[in-house]
Amino acid sequence: MLRSSSRKRGALWRDPAFRALVFQAILLLALLALITMIVLNTMANLESRGITTGFGFLNERAGFSIPQTLIDYSGDSTYARTFVVGLLNTLLVSIMGIIAATIIGFAVGIARLSTNWLLAKLAAAFVETFRNIPLLVQILFWYFAVLQALPSPRQSLSVFDTFFSNVRGLVMPDPQPLPGFAATPWALLAAIVITIALAVFARRRQARTGKALPIYWLGTATIIGVPLAIFLVTGMPLEWSVPELTGFNFRGGVTIIPEFMALWLALSIYTASFIAEIVRSGIQSVPHGQVEAANSLSLPGSITLRKVVIPQAMRVIVPQLTSQYLNLIKNSSLATAIGYPDLVAVFAGTALNQTGQAIEIVAMTMAVYLIISLLVSALMNIYNARTLLKER
Amino acid sequence: MTTTSAYERMIEARRPPDLRSGVLGWLHKNLFNGPINSAVTVITAALLAWALWPMLQWSVFQADWIGQTRADCTGEGACWVFISARFETIVYGFYPPAARWRVDIVFAMLAILVAWLVIPRLPYKRWVGLFALVGFPVIAYVLLIGGSFGLTYVPTREWGGLMLTLAIATIGIAGSLPLGIILALGRRSSMPLVKSVCVVFIEFWRGVPLITVLFMASVMLPLFVPTEVEFDKLLRALVGIMFFWSAYMAEVVRGGLQAIDKGQNEAGQALGLGYWQRMGLIILPQALKLVIPGIVNTFIALFKDTSLVLIIGLFDLLAIIRAGLTDPSWLGFATEGYVFAALVFWIFCFSMSRYSQYIERKLHTGHKR
Repeated sequence: MLRSSSRKRGALWRDPAFRALVFQAILLLALLALITMIVLNTMANLESRGITTGFGFLNERAGFSIPQTLIDYSGDSTYARTFVVGLLNTLLVSIMGIIAATIIGFAVGIARLSTNWLLAKLAAAFVETFRNIPLLVQILFWYFAVLQALPSPRQSLSVFDTFFSNVRGLVMPDPQPLPGFAATPWALLAAIVITIALAVFARRRQARTGKALPIYWLGTATIIGVPLAIFLVTGMPLEWSVPELTGFNFRGGVTIIPEFMALWLALSIYTASFIAEIVRSGIQSVPHGQVEAANSLSLPGSITLRKVVIPQAMRVIVPQLTSQYLNLIKNSSLATAIGYPDLVAVFAGTALNQTGQAIEIVAMTMAVYLIISLLVSALMNIYNARTLLKER
Repeated sequence: MTTTSAYERMIEARRPPDLRSGVLGWLHKNLFNGPINSAVTVITAALLAWALWPMLQWSVFQADWIGQTRADCTGEGACWVFISARFETIVYGFYPPAARWRVDIVFAMLAILVAWLVIPRLPYKRWVGLFALVGFPVIAYVLLIGGSFGLTYVPTREWGGLMLTLAIATIGIAGSLPLGIILALGRRSSMPLVKSVCVVFIEFWRGVPLITVLFMASVMLPLFVPTEVEFDKLLRALVGIMFFWSAYMAEVVRGGLQAIDKGQNEAGQALGLGYWQRMGLIILPQALKLVIPGIVNTFIALFKDTSLVLIIGLFDLLAIIRAGLTDPSWLGFATEGYVFAALVFWIFCFSMSRYSQYIERKLHTGHKR
């Protein structure tokens, strides 16, 4: 007979709850010991090397120049400003890279599914070539083998005598806004707001009445038309500074440094090869029955694609696409190999060598990337929650 | 009574229409199926010819293959003499020539082990795998570094080239897989402290670029240990690479663990198996098998990213080639150098990705349309 009241308790160390507690206590102690050891060692090491810790160095004069800056910067600027310049350069190449990689990636991914054998094979070859070569090799290839092999400024390759390509970079016309130009960007902003409002209205109207508005055409027309109209009405207040060869170099225009070009090309192509695979698998993941069902409802091909296939494919594509974007942002740190002045190159490179504040600088650099990653992951989770399959 | 038939004899089978079968049919179906498709084919073919022909001219037909010095580069195209003249350095780095047979033995062992694990028919996979993860690294280390059994000591700063790339990749793989499994198990643990430590560890390494990790390993790690401890540069890089990739590996393994039915674990509990017995005998064998493609893809990414060690001053395959480009008697061969580096990496990564696809197909049984 089983007597629950006098049930014999096992030995204490056989109790799972107790064991979990002990194990976690040991882990906590070990972690604390490790952290204490690291802190003590670091303090001793810093003292013996005569390095003072703290973020005071950020207000000191940096004393080195940077070839590409989006904000005013000179040798007299502080390390804090160096940090901002580097961060902006990282963001610039990342955003440009994301745009280019998305366009190329979608094009190649769709080409891989083409019924045209040659096009599909070519797209497959593109993917297999570029995703199996390390990004660093590609960056170095574009920089040293292609862009450094371009002629000197005097023998520049030119297109219509307005775009010049030479070993020092790509020189092209630079738009100079005249007074009154400010209205155009505002018009663009207004057009975007109007388009969004229109889209919301169109969706509600369709839900209510079943009548659809040609929102794609209307939106495109608004976004292009309104700013263009304002631009023309204000009397085209824009002047182009066209580059001109004077002596050994160009005057006027804007120069895109070859480091940027190499990094941008390599990042876009490398990431595009991954995006192409994601797009392909996303489209293939839509069950064939969905298309057949759309056909049996006699929906036209374009509507089937837009309203049936793409929304379902996007659910698979977007999360992976985001992680590729994050990879691209993190990979932009390879800039340091060719000297593009991104955050890692100017801050974790030059500034670190000059000040020796290894801990603060590496921590700040890592924190930037970590914050970007966590922010994007948070946005991603919101998106996932919204597009989650509503199951019965 | 006679049976009437419309035909006296069988009609000869007719040939299918030309445009539906054979080479012509294939061409019609796949290349010239309508005006748009035909235009696409013609444009693509023209582009291909325009790009591919000069590339072939440069790399094969007009290239120089034989020779010793720069004077042998006479052709219009590529000069592969640049590679062949320094081939030994590219493979062995600065490893003393007298001791290179040791590297050869390790290469051969690695090749045999990989082949054994990859070819499906060969037996004793489990023991060979165990040896590859435990025994082989020890033997390879003893052989490569020397200093015992009468072998001369070769410090790690003399390692380089393909040998260093393979060493970093192998150790990185062998280290990050077990660590990643432990992290993945920890992330699913019911103990709150264990779980949070693993989550923080994984998310931290996944959120930062490898290059900052290598920077950290080379400038911060020496500050963390007592001054007396000499931390080898290669070892520092390896620690960084292992931690970094173990986080990615952990997420791959976690995907596999999540795919295993809860009933498997409960059945194990009902049989009275302990945690490690359940994991080691029931859950992990199934979960790891599911995510082999993901693991191999992580291996590929790790292999490609070994090239980043050139930024902290180690001479891997890419760094050795890059150093060769600055040799004053061999200036201006950047294209040859980087194309060769790309080719070597490509061969390794492409074979791994093919293997991963093969495994994926093999494991995909039954539930595919």
